[in-house]
Amino acid sequence: MKIRTSVFASCVLMAQVLGIALFLRGFFPAPVKSAVPSKSTLSDRPAEPLTGGCSMLRPSFTPPITHSVVIMLVDALREDFLFGPHGRANMPYTRHLVEQGSTHSFVAKARAPTVTMPRIKALTTGSIPGFIDVVMNLNSPALLEDNLLWQAKEAGKRIVFYGDDTWVRLFPKLFMEHDGTTSFFVSDYTEVDDNVTRHLDGTLKREDWDILILHYLGLDHIGHISGPRSPLVRPKLQEMDDVLKKIHGSLVAKEAEGSPPYLLVLCGDHGMSETGSHGGSSEPEVNTPLVLVSPAFRRKAGFQQPGVNSVGRLIPAVVEETPLRDRLRYLQLNGHQLSCLLRDSVAEHHREVGVEQLRVAEKSHGGWMKLYLEGNTSEVLGNVGKKVLRQYLEALASMSSALSKQLGKYDMYSMVAGMVIVFQALSGAALVDVPVLPALLSLPFYLLCLLLASVHVLVCTSAGASCYLCGLSWGLVFAGVAFASATLCVLVSMATRRIPPGPKIAAKSGGGSSSGWSLSELDVLLLVGTAGHTLSLAASSFVEEEHQTWYFLLNTLCLAIFQDVCRKYFREQRRPGGLGEDRDARGHHPSDAPLKTGRVRSRERWLALATPPLTLACCRLMRTLNQTGVQWSHLPGMGHWLNSSEHKGALSLVAALSLLLVYVMIQRRCSWVSRVALALGLLGVYSYRAAVGNVSFPWQRGGQNVSKGTVEARFVYIFVLGILFSGTKDLLRAQLAAGGDGRLKSRGLWEIYCGLVLLVALLFRAHNLPVLCCCLLIQTLMARFIWRKLRYDAAQTTIMHYWFGQAFFYFQGNSNNIGTLDISVGFVGLESYVEAPAIFLTALSTYAGPLLWAGHLVCYLNSQSR
Amino acid sequence: MNVNPRREDNCFSFFPSTFNLRSFCIPIMWDHEIKAMASSHAIIASSVFMATVVPAVFIRGFSVYGTHLLWLSSVTGAVSVVNVAVFWLLGISQPTKKHTIGYKLSRLVRSCLYLLLSCLFYHTVVVLYGAPLIESALETFSLAVLLTSLTTLRCLCVLGPNVQAWIRVFSRHGAMSVWDTSLQITVACSVIGAWLGAFPIPLDWDRPWQVWPVSCSLGSVIGYLTGLVVAPAWIHFHRKQLTYKCK
Repeated sequence: MKIRTSVFASCVLMAQVLGIALFLRGFFPAPVKSAVPSKSTLSDRPAEPLTGGCSMLRPSFTPPITHSVVIMLVDALREDFLFGPHGRANMPYTRHLVEQGSTHSFVAKARAPTVTMPRIKALTTGSIPGFIDVVMNLNSPALLEDNLLWQAKEAGKRIVFYGDDTWVRLFPKLFMEHDGTTSFFVSDYTEVDDNVTRHLDGTLKREDWDILILHYLGLDHIGHISGPRSPLVRPKLQEMDDVLKKIHGSLVAKEAEGSPPYLLVLCGDHGMSETGSHGGSSEPEVNTPLVLVSPAFRRKAGFQQPGVNSVGRLIPAVVEETPLRDRLRYLQLNGHQLSCLLRDSVAEHHREVGVEQLRVAEKSHGGWMKLYLEGNTSEVLGNVGKKVLRQYLEALASMSSALSKQLGKYDMYSMVAGMVIVFQALSGAALVDVPVLPALLSLPFYLLCLLLASVHVLVCTSAGASCYLCGLSWGLVFAGVAFASATLCVLVSMATRRIPPGPKIAAKSGGGSSSGWSLSELDVLLLVGTAGHTLSLAASSFVEEEHQTWYFLLNTLCLAIFQDVCRKYFREQRRPGGLGEDRDARGHHPSDAPLKTGRVRSRERWLALATPPLTLACCRLMRTLNQTGVQWSHLPGMGHWLNSSEHKGALSLVAALSLLLVYVMIQRRCSWVSRVALALGLLGVYSYRAAVGNVSFPWQRGGQNVSKGTVEARFVYIFVLGILFSGTKDLLRAQLAAGGDGRLKSRGLWEIYCGLVLLVALLFRAHNLPVLCCCLLIQTLMARFIWRKLRYDAAQTTIMHYWFGQAFFYFQGNSNNIGTLDISVGFVGLESYVEAPAIFLTALSTYAGPLLWAGHLVCYLNSQSR
Repeated sequence: MNVNPRREDNCFSFFPSTFNLRSFCIPIMWDHEIKAMASSHAIIASSVFMATVVPAVFIRGFSVYGTHLLWLSSVTGAVSVVNVAVFWLLGISQPTKKHTIGYKLSRLVRSCLYLLLSCLFYHTVVVLYGAPLIESALETFSLAVLLTSLTTLRCLCVLGPNVQAWIRVFSRHGAMSVWDTSLQITVACSVIGAWLGAFPIPLDWDRPWQVWPVSCSLGSVIGYLTGLVVAPAWIHFHRKQLTYKCK
């Protein structure tokens, strides 16, 4: 069967997409579901042992310890802000409460991803959200799972909420009263909190609520702007401390008037890293303080080391003041919950140690209840009770560890299957004659079918693994198995057909080792570098520091190109002495073979020689602009320096200069209409940055009002659309013209590229504009003096573009950590959050580097093929 | 797309030449030369070893990681002195026609200039690779000096301050004697060793040898030692294929 190359290539592409989808399905496993399908009710709870259904002595639920609850959630409250050495200065009142008051304080561990919305979900549902929830972070739909607030509402509690409007979107209709604050204007850190605090006085005086939730965003915003060591942090923490003092004071006053006991909870949803971002799983991001204040707790004498609690377990210290009977009841209910969760997520849950321990504990709980109901008040009762308590705690501990083990599991089978498909697709070549029939009739095909089917059966029956693939119907599985083995056979037969000619050709050409498969040093570097980078991803710290790998490879590539250039230009008669000497010391020498290429103008030659060193210098500069990664991210970069308010003048100068250079470099190949549009657009970019307050015009003197810059951004959007339109028009005209007009086509492509550049210039932060400028500079110089002059072929240029694109992804300040994602870009030129454009703009600005290099590759290859 | 015609002609290469069909002399037996090379390499390698061991006897608390700069300078010094001495005794470098004091002096000055330029060059390259610019500049420069003593100094010893000869040796098919081939191999090995030595730096193992520039200097010294061992062996096993152009 013969098929066309393009069809084959698209088949390969389809297989690739399928493989990746399957891999992702395995990587993001379905989250652990609660035992109760929907929302649980009171009747789902197990009865207290021995009292059975006919409990006349007391109601089926224990009385609450507290009646009114105030939850004060401070976004990005790091553990050491309160418990650290500066805690006493940061939050004096809270620290005093922690040390002397009737409080319990803990260090709470937040699971990655440490992003607000998944953390709120975790706090209210008790589940552990996955990375897939981060995608939903921008646009949170209503929470349908069983959660704390819903249960409280069902129990007739009245909830009041002020703060981040994510809560309002997650729990619509649950709040008696609410006032949401949008969290997307990261530069604002006073108004978001004033919005919450202004309600406080009125609400605290009223009596008509049971639960009050406050979510303060200011600290998180300060972290995003200037990091945890910013001078803004302490005043903000002191403000939070005052709020807590006010709440506590009013609650104490109420209690004095005879109100039932209260509970005040201070917690953070996640911490912040040394750069002020969050999302990853480093220590400072994960650890948050949790302080429970209530008169129901024992008064403490001194500062205790805050404890660390664990997944899904009741904190025994919190209830230690309640009667033993209630405590046992709490533990029993907690154990029941965990065993339900285990039943759902682990196939052989009966064999778990924890479940067994729970059963034993429940039995002895029954024994204790018997003693208790008999009115036994002797020491025996206390001792037995303590033993039961210990048994329960042990059971809880082992069940909780079993659960957390379950959570870290991936669907390995799906992942492997996906990877196999991807590799099959990768190994497919671009040819053409596909031997389907003979492959289908061969013996290996059937053997492979049998093998794969047996593997499938083996994997699915063993260990009760819950994989996605095992849930498929048998027909589908068999079809998949047959298809996979057919592809493998076809590929193998194609490969065997291709291999034999190799040696023959080599033999024919005779002796010359440089024929056929010969690779230059540059080829070797490109292949080894790409393969080596792929291999390095197996180590987690190389993934964290991937930018280092790319910078390193890029530098080596530049040096290799430099050596190539030297060889080309020094092959002709060398000038005596001169510039080449210090380079010669390295061993990169031209050879003095006879010149072939003819006379090259000396200016061009020196420019060509200067290009690789210039590229190297640019890369070194950009590398200091943004520090990314994990290990060295705390080092201050040039970006921090430029962004601080004292250096606004320097930032303005740099931004203006970069925009000017961008214009100079890309306007040459555009039509004059696009040139004008481009100039106006770049002016618009600068005035947008000035409006937002990042840069200033020279005639502005302080005291400017900061706006959202919507008008300016939209002004730029119009020019972007105009340039894109003009480019598309040129492309279409070139297609329609007889035989295709090459010049028109390349101009059209270039104008589309210009539109992209203009859009990226708008989206990049002001201190990143030099990155854009360097990107264009390197592209221009490389294309003009290196790729064309040294006649690198399409494959080499493509790989080089790929390397540059990857490196620029990191030069922009991105990393493999989700915390460096800049979502504020989604609001450029928009009044409020609109999903589609926000996602598009965020993705565009994040992947601007690779995209620009891909765009340039298209333009370059097109201009070369003419 | 462009077809690339450049591959055919003369290519500069790090890799030693294996074939040359165009012009060659009748192969001479280089057994004694290989022996001389092996013994001189053994002396140089043992000098590196001694430079590591001997200071430990005299200086309290001397270690490769702990007092890295000291180790670097001792290795650099030992390698330089032994290299110069060995090659001066062997008399490898091209016999010069002139024997005037002035000529010798100018050669000396030029050699020093080349060494300095090469140190600066290495320093620049290392900084471009991402070494900190200001802090630990001394460490970076020591690495540059080490690399210079491992590569440039050897070039000077074998070829003299003669850029044309260097260019010839480091272009493909440019080696004219076993010493040229061994120079190619050792230089390539030291540079590649330093290059590979940078890889473990981003790993989060917190080992003492991950501190800048320990891994790079260790890499280059290990690469150099490998080169010293490999060069005579490689030449010995390829002596049938090796042919050198007439001088």
